[in-house]
Amino acid sequence: MAVEQKMVTVYIMGEPQLVPEGSTIIMAWEYAGFQLKKGLGCREGFCGACATVYREKGDYKLKGGLACQTVVSEGMSLVQIPYVPAERPRYNLAELKPDINTFKELFPTIFRCVACNTCSKACPQDIKVMDYIQQLKRGDIAAAASTSFDCIRCGLCALRCPADIVQFNAATLAQRLYGKYLAKPSPELADRLQEIADGKYDAEIEELNNMGHDDLVKKYYSREMKIR
Amino acid sequence: MKIPYFPGCSLKTYASSFEKSAIASGAELGIEFVEIPRWNCCGVVSSLTSDDLMHHLAPVRNMIRVLEMQNDKIVDTDNKMLTLCSMCMNTLKRSNLKMQEHADELETINDFMYKEDQKYDGSVQVMHYLEILKEYGFAKIAEKVKVSLKGLKVAPYYGCMLIRPKEVGIDDAEEPTIFEDFLKALGAEPVDWRSKKTCCGSYLTVNKENIVVKLTGKILEDARRNGADLIITSCPLCAFNLDSRQELLQIRNPNFEPIPVLYFSQLLAIALGLDINKFGFENNKVDGMPLLKNKILNK
Repeated sequence: MAVEQKMVTVYIMGEPQLVPEGSTIIMAWEYAGFQLKKGLGCREGFCGACATVYREKGDYKLKGGLACQTVVSEGMSLVQIPYVPAERPRYNLAELKPDINTFKELFPTIFRCVACNTCSKACPQDIKVMDYIQQLKRGDIAAAASTSFDCIRCGLCALRCPADIVQFNAATLAQRLYGKYLAKPSPELADRLQEIADGKYDAEIEELNNMGHDDLVKKYYSREMKIR
Repeated sequence: MKIPYFPGCSLKTYASSFEKSAIASGAELGIEFVEIPRWNCCGVVSSLTSDDLMHHLAPVRNMIRVLEMQNDKIVDTDNKMLTLCSMCMNTLKRSNLKMQEHADELETINDFMYKEDQKYDGSVQVMHYLEILKEYGFAKIAEKVKVSLKGLKVAPYYGCMLIRPKEVGIDDAEEPTIFEDFLKALGAEPVDWRSKKTCCGSYLTVNKENIVVKLTGKILEDARRNGADLIITSCPLCAFNLDSRQELLQIRNPNFEPIPVLYFSQLLAIALGLDINKFGFENNKVDGMPLLKNKILNK
């Protein structure tokens, strides 16, 4: 007996489209016949390219999420954002100091934060975005680097911020400054770099390079993850 | 006593000597400062527009954190929130008062902050460290003094944020005495001077430093004229204007005699016999150490 696929109606840029229930937003777009060339990346929730805003039926709130991770619901309104044209100041990390003045110069807008928390509400990674902006405002770069660690640079925080702060790019700078100037040097890193220089992993890399697609996928999903 | 402590941005950057000396002196008196987890900016300058609720989110959010600390039992005070910076205290108190007086606005703010598990109910009492010390008892503090500040003439500088407007002031807006009472407890001699409430120029220091230099020049002169050895304050912005701007005063007037500007908590820490090297005089531009060593420590 054939199982009947339930369908839901979603509105893609205002036009009603019938798509299978349980689809992600990306799947809904593709089912409706669109081919996305921008605003789509890894489809695994890691790259941040498919950040989008949507509205659910009966709710006035504009919500944010990753289109590859968010499941559609009946009456949902969709649009896909190809690119976030947020300001990204250019700098030479070697010339910067890991202090509050660097942020005053490169990201002066962070001092306009009124703690409304709209950025944290928009974050698909559930990062306490407002918290790390507040940490930067008081020059605590190490704390900001840690709080923002899971950021995938999707840009939704900056799109929603009423004070025009570019949170995710400020987070990148905090993490870079932390890595270059504040993090405790790791002896293991030096050892590993030496191992790489000595060619210890060359054979394994070569093996991966020569592997076919299917074997590579199989190997990737059966990999062991060490979580400390 | 374990009390929720709101630092504010200045205390974590250019006014770290204020924070260090306050925490050290508090510990000596049995007042443990427990820094509020996830505190955010106080809101800086209370918004006076009646419908501008957006600018009250920051202060109210901090008060929610205080309630959370109480729920988690990491503090043992009843609704109290300790502040050091006069500006933070003023902003927090004014927002709190607005929330206590306007239930509808509080509801709007709580609705907007739907992501917070804890609602705000207006129950927090924002207090300045000086108020906590007064509650502790200046007489009791006098008993704990190990190094008397006898012979030290101190000009207490209130500025505006500590006492105005009167709804949130920690003392009489016109004739405050809390600094004087505090100084007497430490054995110091408070100087009576008319500039104790005179404006330091506040934020004009950012883009109109000439006005600030003119204003602070008069204040510093008045302190000297009345025989003060040093000035104390509780406001990082006043301290910046009164202390750091003396560099320009010296350039403009070679006869200008620099006068140290300290945080009141630095004097408290010295009087309680704490190691002067541990609670930071690194922020003070005009070095107060020679004077203190000469008049107090080496006596």
